[in-house]
Amino acid sequence: MSYHYRSWGLNPQIKQIACVLNGATEQDLAGPHKAQKLLAYGCGSSYGDVCLNDEGVLLDSHRLDHFLNFNPDTGVLRCQSGVTLRAINQQLIKYGWFLPVTPGTQNVTLGGAIANDVHGKNHHLAGSFGCHVLKLGLYRSQEGSIECQPDKNAELFRATISGLGLTGFIQWAEIQLKKISSPYLRTEKMVFTGLQEFDALSNDADKAYEYTVAWIDSVAAAKYRGRGVLFCGEHADSSADRRPSKKRILSIPFNAPTGLLSYPVIKTFNLAYYNMHRLTSSKALTYYEPFFYPLDSLGHWNRLYGKKGLYQYQCVIPAEGGVEVVEELLAICAHYRQGSFLSVLKKFGSIKSPGMLSFPRPGYTLALDFRNLGESTLKLFSALDKVVFANQGALYPAKDARMSREGFRQSFIETERFKNYIDPLFSSNFMRRVII
Amino acid sequence: MTPAVVIIGATSAIAEQISRLYAEQGAKLFLVGRNEKKLEIISDDLKVRGAACVATIAMDLTDTRLHAKLVEQAVSFLGDITHLYVAHGTLADNEACENNPQLAMTEITLNLNSPVSLLLHFAGRFRTQQYGTIAVISSVAGDRGRQSNYIYGAAKGGLSVFLQGLRNRLYVDNIHVATVKPGFVDTPMTTDFKKGMMWVSAKKAAKLTVYGVDKKRNVIYVPGFWRFIMLIILHIPEFIFKRLKL
Repeated sequence: MSYHYRSWGLNPQIKQIACVLNGATEQDLAGPHKAQKLLAYGCGSSYGDVCLNDEGVLLDSHRLDHFLNFNPDTGVLRCQSGVTLRAINQQLIKYGWFLPVTPGTQNVTLGGAIANDVHGKNHHLAGSFGCHVLKLGLYRSQEGSIECQPDKNAELFRATISGLGLTGFIQWAEIQLKKISSPYLRTEKMVFTGLQEFDALSNDADKAYEYTVAWIDSVAAAKYRGRGVLFCGEHADSSADRRPSKKRILSIPFNAPTGLLSYPVIKTFNLAYYNMHRLTSSKALTYYEPFFYPLDSLGHWNRLYGKKGLYQYQCVIPAEGGVEVVEELLAICAHYRQGSFLSVLKKFGSIKSPGMLSFPRPGYTLALDFRNLGESTLKLFSALDKVVFANQGALYPAKDARMSREGFRQSFIETERFKNYIDPLFSSNFMRRVII
Repeated sequence: MTPAVVIIGATSAIAEQISRLYAEQGAKLFLVGRNEKKLEIISDDLKVRGAACVATIAMDLTDTRLHAKLVEQAVSFLGDITHLYVAHGTLADNEACENNPQLAMTEITLNLNSPVSLLLHFAGRFRTQQYGTIAVISSVAGDRGRQSNYIYGAAKGGLSVFLQGLRNRLYVDNIHVATVKPGFVDTPMTTDFKKGMMWVSAKKAAKLTVYGVDKKRNVIYVPGFWRFIMLIILHIPEFIFKRLKL
């Protein structure tokens, strides 16, 4: 097995030097790379450059995959930062506990989930991942290991949640899991023909369902613009238990030719996807993996975008008048004739994360994938940026490889305060590009 | 029946992944290793993963005088032992060993003398039980001596021959002995190697090992393609082989 230290977008492609950690003690962390700039690297599932550090060394945490303690009565789990969300699900569902918040892939380490303060389909009820972190152990180059929690080293705790790995190395963390009675979900999908309809459906579904997220046909002709499918789900009760179906169907072995996901292909796919859902039944009992992690069943799907990789553009637009803004964004994509293979829309709730650089905030979040076509894709993003920032929106660092310093500052008002907590020995390409 | 498993060299990457597979079955585990702190972390981890109970013993495995007592400790904790995995070993730099014969002796003590002594002690226990499985991690390096790692290879080769004999002897007692021969496995032991297509993760290696053990295979190459590679390597005539840079 070889280690390729890339981000999920395969872009930027910069040579990385890494050191695989065999332990999470102070000696392990202070050891061989004392004078270099450090950055934790987990699964490399962030899209851009928050997980890259070409002026220093990546601390690969994949071997720090030990559970430290679990209380099956309270659901409090403590583990090392390299434990993946997949491992947490696999091991703890049997005790009837589940992740309180989960992103769209389980190939994420606990450390990465905290550092990017990830969110999921239940944001309207549960907030972001950081809302469920009880404690964390942080290695700082000057002070050594420090325990942080909401009422102890509180500011450092706030800076580390959503801190993009810059406040030090997260050695372990304690999180509160959520009690469930079955690994199955009762799911429902609802087709909508426009964003106004989405908004009405989503507002109702958020009251009825724990999990909601919508897929949007981003390349539909103007009169169909904003059509899509709203997916809803809630944990089933124990009577729903069945044997899970076998997962992991296939994996993309190498980069596809660059033209594979061209505009006509994406258009056809979106049309087919929309109609498939329009014509199939709407209520079902679904195992947690296909519901939460549909793309995980296609390993290395990022390779479909060819060797230049992809960009993801994820923004959040304040709720007030947000629907019109999202419509405008979709119109811009259509104008530039750049299609997004999978476009996702979700209405965030109002639960505030403790994280200083936390991305989720009340409003609509739209995530779009684009093939990296170089200059023309970047031009599209500038056009989108204008609309996003004119409407007090924000961009998501975990998905970003190109936002501007001004854009970052506009997105995160606590940037100046956050800077005080950056560890002098830690850095990332994202930090050099955008934060400092 | 709940597996009751002894794992020697429990902090090694493959052994740890093997113990996770047993923990998920709710096994009772008895772990032996050198590093107490690491054993403690592994033991906590296995408990969360579902192990019924875990005991750890930190000791120097080259001290063969402690081996008899170790068997007693394992039996008093587990009762009957369903599986014994012997996985401890080191991979010293071959060139360093060539320049320092003392180092070579240490390498052979740890990779050959120590497991032989342990296995003879445990064999006695298994014979009284009249059932059980013994699996020992040897190496493809033991199949034929090559200039790049023949000292490690000699120890593993010796171990493989010993296991053939042990398998033969214990067959009548209903005890299965498996020789596990991993190829390139990505572990802390091989951190300094450049990794390519031939490498597998410790997790994969563990899965293949336990699968082979459950199927009562005698010699388990990990992954299986190494059987063919080694078949070819074994059949190269010596007068050609000695000229090769392998």
